[in-house]
Amino acid sequence: MATNRMFRTCPSTGLVFHEPAEKLMKANAVVAVVFLLIGGLLAIGVTLTRWQAVHWLAPDRFYQVLTAHGLNMLVFWIIFFEMAVLYFAASTLLKCRLATPSMGWVGFWLMLFGALLNNYSVLRGDSSVMFTSYAPMGAHPTFYLGLIVFAVGALVNCFVFFGTLAVAKNERTYHGSVPLVTFGAITAAIIAVFTIASGAIILIPTFLWSVGLIEHIDSLMYRTIWWAFGHSSQQINVSAHVAVWYAGAAVVFGAKPLSEKVSRTAFLLYIFFLQLASAHHLLADPGLTSNWKIFNTSYAMYLAVLASMVHGLTVPGSIEVAQRKKGYNNGLFEWLRKAPWGNPAFAAIFISIIVFGFLGGISGVMMGTEQLNLLIHNTIYVPGHFHATVATGTTLAFMGLTYFLIPVLFRKQVMFAGMAKWQPYIFGIGMAGVALFMMGAGTLGVPRRHWDMAFTGNAMPYEFPGTAWLMMGLMGISALVAFLGGAMYLAITVGSVFFGKSIETPGFKHVRAADGVAPAPQPVAAAAGGHGNVGSWGMVAPGTFVLALVFLGAFVLYYFVNWKYLSQVWPLR
Amino acid sequence: MSAILPPSERVWWKEPLDRVELLWIVIALIWCLVMFFMMPYWHIYGSQNLANEAFRTSAESYVKKTDEMIAKYKVREEGGDLKIPVVHPPVGSDVYLIARLWQWYPILELEAGKSYRIHLMSMDWLHGFSLQPENINIEVHPGYDHVITVTPTRAGTYSIICNEYCGINHHTMSSKLYVK
Repeated sequence: MATNRMFRTCPSTGLVFHEPAEKLMKANAVVAVVFLLIGGLLAIGVTLTRWQAVHWLAPDRFYQVLTAHGLNMLVFWIIFFEMAVLYFAASTLLKCRLATPSMGWVGFWLMLFGALLNNYSVLRGDSSVMFTSYAPMGAHPTFYLGLIVFAVGALVNCFVFFGTLAVAKNERTYHGSVPLVTFGAITAAIIAVFTIASGAIILIPTFLWSVGLIEHIDSLMYRTIWWAFGHSSQQINVSAHVAVWYAGAAVVFGAKPLSEKVSRTAFLLYIFFLQLASAHHLLADPGLTSNWKIFNTSYAMYLAVLASMVHGLTVPGSIEVAQRKKGYNNGLFEWLRKAPWGNPAFAAIFISIIVFGFLGGISGVMMGTEQLNLLIHNTIYVPGHFHATVATGTTLAFMGLTYFLIPVLFRKQVMFAGMAKWQPYIFGIGMAGVALFMMGAGTLGVPRRHWDMAFTGNAMPYEFPGTAWLMMGLMGISALVAFLGGAMYLAITVGSVFFGKSIETPGFKHVRAADGVAPAPQPVAAAAGGHGNVGSWGMVAPGTFVLALVFLGAFVLYYFVNWKYLSQVWPLR
Repeated sequence: MSAILPPSERVWWKEPLDRVELLWIVIALIWCLVMFFMMPYWHIYGSQNLANEAFRTSAESYVKKTDEMIAKYKVREEGGDLKIPVVHPPVGSDVYLIARLWQWYPILELEAGKSYRIHLMSMDWLHGFSLQPENINIEVHPGYDHVITVTPTRAGTYSIICNEYCGINHHTMSSKLYVK
């Protein structure tokens, strides 16, 4: 067969890499990190302007930099990295050749061209319309065109991923069901297809409007459909980084999911109940009824929230079980105390779980409650929320995965290993501070996407309370810590990949698929009761359960504190 | 490394659940239902709910209604050179507030403890009605006249700022609201 069927087996992990897939993974991961670098540099401008004591950039430059920061971080960095994750989850985990690698390259170049075109439009200076580009505020046509081309590329790659799944099934490269991590990646890819379709539905007319072929774009229609793209794109992240959590638990601890059934059902709930959830962006908009808002923000049961709460238990729970089986079975938390805190892959994923849940999850549900939304709509609380979910949750999980991929995929030793130990903590704590202080300032009414909270020179300025200024200052200081963590990450990854010491792999060999790719994994005999006789209180993971109850307590308390706060504002009906 | 391998049990969907998962799912589901019911509950027993009242209208007709209101109930002008009219509308009446680049127009003067039907609409792009320090935040669209019935509770001078990005002078879009 003419298809390139070259494979290599990683000697340390036994993972099988298909070379064309490997090249695509590397290209996507490297480009992703370049966009992270660009987005990070732009973040410095954003922070040092919003930190009112510094107030660095002029307003036009600030809005331009903020637009580019949002797009490069929320779209280009994340989606490029996710493409690498998709190829890894399909080709490597299923030990399968990648379907149509050349289409993978078509997708890659389309995405890269689209991303550059979009950045070009923002650089021109006439497209400072923010990530959301709400019509009828218009951008240069290349702004929309860049996003459309990028999305087409991403769609092509999703289908390369789906094709690979089909190839794996046909060629029987695995037995039984796909691994859980692959299942999570499938979830991400399905949501990605929905996301891209929504994006096309709104961005193509908006592009035609920007070149004068369509006369009018309704602002409410734009927001309704745009958020099916805008928020769903972040749901791809959630699915992908939860898959990465499971992968991290498996790689670092050899952890087995507590139950395949529960974890997979939770992913399935994401597909059914997460991807459509754009209603929570429209809770303070006219023209939509409360019935519509209440139903669509929750689907009556918050099943996507339930799914995240389940993953939040099962990932640490599986780690706890794996640790207890290793002998760390004393008390509630010996498993956690004896965890490999110096392993950056673990530390990154653990901090990702905690910050995503406690800061991102709780704030997200609060904001997504119909009436409570009034308190924080469009305040800096909102970026606070997604700096906990995306900037800490997703980004830190992907950073953790990188520490695993550098030796396995790039076959390089991790440079600056001492620094790598600290990197997840510095980035994670800094970014958690950014999120927390933004939320604090937002609770005091500080608006998002706003150049001057001092309202200097205005005829009728508003004077924010001193606490709001303090919060913004603390946000700036936390951001400096996060920048340091981000710079360390970039130094480590770029250093390792381009200048690092290659890992000599004695086991390295090319294997033709025809000669037998790799033996199918032998079914492991499961211990009675699923996970053997570890744990206490009739639970395999009592420590995790206690942590989950702490989380629930914080959630309930914070939720009702906000209702109390709402009950004190002016009556509205 | 099971999460990255196919499940060891071929028939994984028949494996029993551990108590820790089952208990957590039940607790979490109950909490999710509580959170859902809080929203309809607040519509019945709470006082802070957005109305479902909105009308599609044109900028011209909205400006006309606003100007009529200003002509009838203007009490003074403020804002220095801008000379923005301050309007003291009758209790319970329809009060029109225009959002446009980059201004709230006119300035409103309301009475504490009394209800008003406040209309919000943008003349151009999206704007964000943000009443400070009360912290009530509502999206303002062009073409949609959004009516909210508000009862100011405490006398004082409040600020209305724009918190939906609306271009280069977004940060200059701030105004006052008086409650007597």
